[in-house]
Amino acid sequence: MSSESTGAVPTASPVPAESSRSAANPATASALDARRPRRAIGLGFFLSELAALFRRKRTWAMLAALAAVPILIAVAIRVTDGGDGRGPAFLDRITQNGLFVAMTALVVAIPLFLPLTVGVVAGDSIAGEANAGTLRYLLVSPVGRIRLLVVKFAAAAVFCLAATVTVSLAGILIGVALFPVGPVTLLSGDQVSVGESLLRSLLIAAYVTVGLLGLSAIGLFISTLTDAPVGAMAATVVISIVAQVLGQLSQTEWLHPWLFSYHWLDFADLLRQPVDWSSFGSNALLQLAYVAVFGALAYGRFTTKDVLS
Amino acid sequence: MTDAAEAGTAVRPGDRVTDAAGADAAGAEPAILTRGLTKRFGRSTVVNGVDLTVPRGSVFGFLGPNGSGKTTTIRMLLGLAGATAGDIRVLGHEMPARAATVLPGVGALIEGPGFYPYLSGAANLRRLDAADGFAPHATRAARVDRALERVGLGHAAGKKMRAYSLGMKQRLGIANALLAPRELIVLDEPTNGLDPQGTREVRSLIRSLASEGTTVFVSSHLLSEIEQMCDHVAVMRAGRLVAQGSLDELRSAGQARVRLEVVTADAAAAEAVLARLTAGAPRIESVPGIESAPGSTGGEWMLGAALPDGLPPETIVSELVAAGVRVRGFAVERASLEELFVELTGEGFDVVQ
Ligand SMILES: Nc1ncnc2c1ncn2[C@@H]1O[C@H](COP(=O)(O)OP(=O)(O)OP(=O)(O)O)[C@@H](O)[C@H]1O
Ligand SMILES: [Mg+2]
Repeated sequence: MSSESTGAVPTASPVPAESSRSAANPATASALDARRPRRAIGLGFFLSELAALFRRKRTWAMLAALAAVPILIAVAIRVTDGGDGRGPAFLDRITQNGLFVAMTALVVAIPLFLPLTVGVVAGDSIAGEANAGTLRYLLVSPVGRIRLLVVKFAAAAVFCLAATVTVSLAGILIGVALFPVGPVTLLSGDQVSVGESLLRSLLIAAYVTVGLLGLSAIGLFISTLTDAPVGAMAATVVISIVAQVLGQLSQTEWLHPWLFSYHWLDFADLLRQPVDWSSFGSNALLQLAYVAVFGALAYGRFTTKDVLS
Repeated sequence: MTDAAEAGTAVRPGDRVTDAAGADAAGAEPAILTRGLTKRFGRSTVVNGVDLTVPRGSVFGFLGPNGSGKTTTIRMLLGLAGATAGDIRVLGHEMPARAATVLPGVGALIEGPGFYPYLSGAANLRRLDAADGFAPHATRAARVDRALERVGLGHAAGKKMRAYSLGMKQRLGIANALLAPRELIVLDEPTNGLDPQGTREVRSLIRSLASEGTTVFVSSHLLSEIEQMCDHVAVMRAGRLVAQGSLDELRSAGQARVRLEVVTADAAAAEAVLARLTAGAPRIESVPGIESAPGSTGGEWMLGAALPDGLPPETIVSELVAAGVRVRGFAVERASLEELFVELTGEGFDVVQ
């Protein structure tokens, strides 16, 4: 199957050209061309994909588990009265200001919990459809293979955002409930208002979301390789762990800047006054590179694949 | 004209609009045309040089035993799997190169239904319709309802898929094929898992689709089913197309073959005579109810063989009598389609590789 066969580029499929030809010469228009003017960009399908994703109990179970992270942290600190100051970044600040619960929870969730849930969603994207037997029906509907990949990736990105926002929001709410809240002292020493600090929390959620896009693309690619969704999920999660382990080893120092997890915890720059955007930029660039490479691999694999599920 | 075809379009599936790509004066190119279609998985050739011609407007039966390559062929027709060799044209366009043009006009059920268990029947159909970038959004709900009504699932539209029975899932799969106005509907074993009532409904559904002018391509391993609803047939055996044509053509091909049957107690002697005269091993069956073994004189046996051209049946009777066979019954029959099918596809239970 040639890549053209999928005709799936959302905007420029061979069909519009065809229908303009047939409009010029109605006598030679086939019934197909006359009936279907042009393929929709895919917004409707994207919304339906989101609806399917968020109508699954599994999705909500994962979001609930993520929300439990800040809640557990806050409750534990509240009960033990602050502890001895050891533990993840920002932990010691929580007792003074509840708004730090969200940031602490993100630091805790980034290495394992977030990649786990993202791996489940991205790894399931194509393999899950193959496993359910729906992939063949999507393809003959016809969804267009490239269009399907794009929509699946976009849905995974929306899930990344939902996941990080869930952690942040749950952290803010439980922080407000259990600890005093007031103006936040930034890492640069400046104080910002509660409103501004909430804005910064959103910014950090955006940063973490962007950081997960590379992993989503990897998961999408792996998902095109198999009809077994569990395998694709597990492989994606394992890759995220391997990347972080490599990121810890001094022997692989040369590799570190190329790992998609390299900037995962660098959002402290967003807690300075004025905001230092350099880490946001380099994180985005790195993730973009991963999305490009693994998007291309997924395209190459999926558009030529025999769908036998 | 009813149902799905009305929803939102002026051109109905049956309307013959001449296609630019090589249509003749009488109308369009065949709905499906393959030449030398071949598929290999590793070293096994699963579909081997298949030349299918499915005329427009026909109800085409695609017959073959398990593992003969029906589903694999359908997957290639629909662009799901790439052909190892050969050309495919569907609705006058090359596949899979023109999939985006062809597939909106094709409805399909491929190797059983596939749905999301956590969505309702109607939500499943809406999702697949949303995936079709060419289906109008405005008429979606109406088309989904109509397709569900048409397969008798109107009352179960809101039920979660995991609560559907096997036959209900199968019906939903057929409803999916009917979501939009189609020129060609491909149904891979549509009556799998259906109760007799459902089977009858599917048959009448196919007939009503055909009367609207839609070409229907049905695969099955049951001749009786194909015989009841199709006007054209192709027979697959181990990846090869062994017969193709209108049902009448095939029937008369069967009629040309004459079979004879001998009922006797002297099975061994009769077998020897028949083997000599018809140049082939006769088929031997014990007549039900009488237990015996070939060669003994107690039981009664039925021997079947094909009558060679130019050999008068009475010659066989006199030869049998001369060999001392006590002939209790002798019959000459023209082969039924069933026998032709068995002859074409082989009789053994083992799946032919
Ligand atoms: N992915 C695959 N890899 C290798 N061989 C395959 C694959 N899929 C199918 N086959 C082989 O291809 C042959 C034809 O399979 P196919 O599913 O087309 O048969 P079928 O005619 O649809 O049979 P049935 O009536 O059982 O549905 C079988 O021998 C099967 O083993
Ligand atoms: Mg099959």
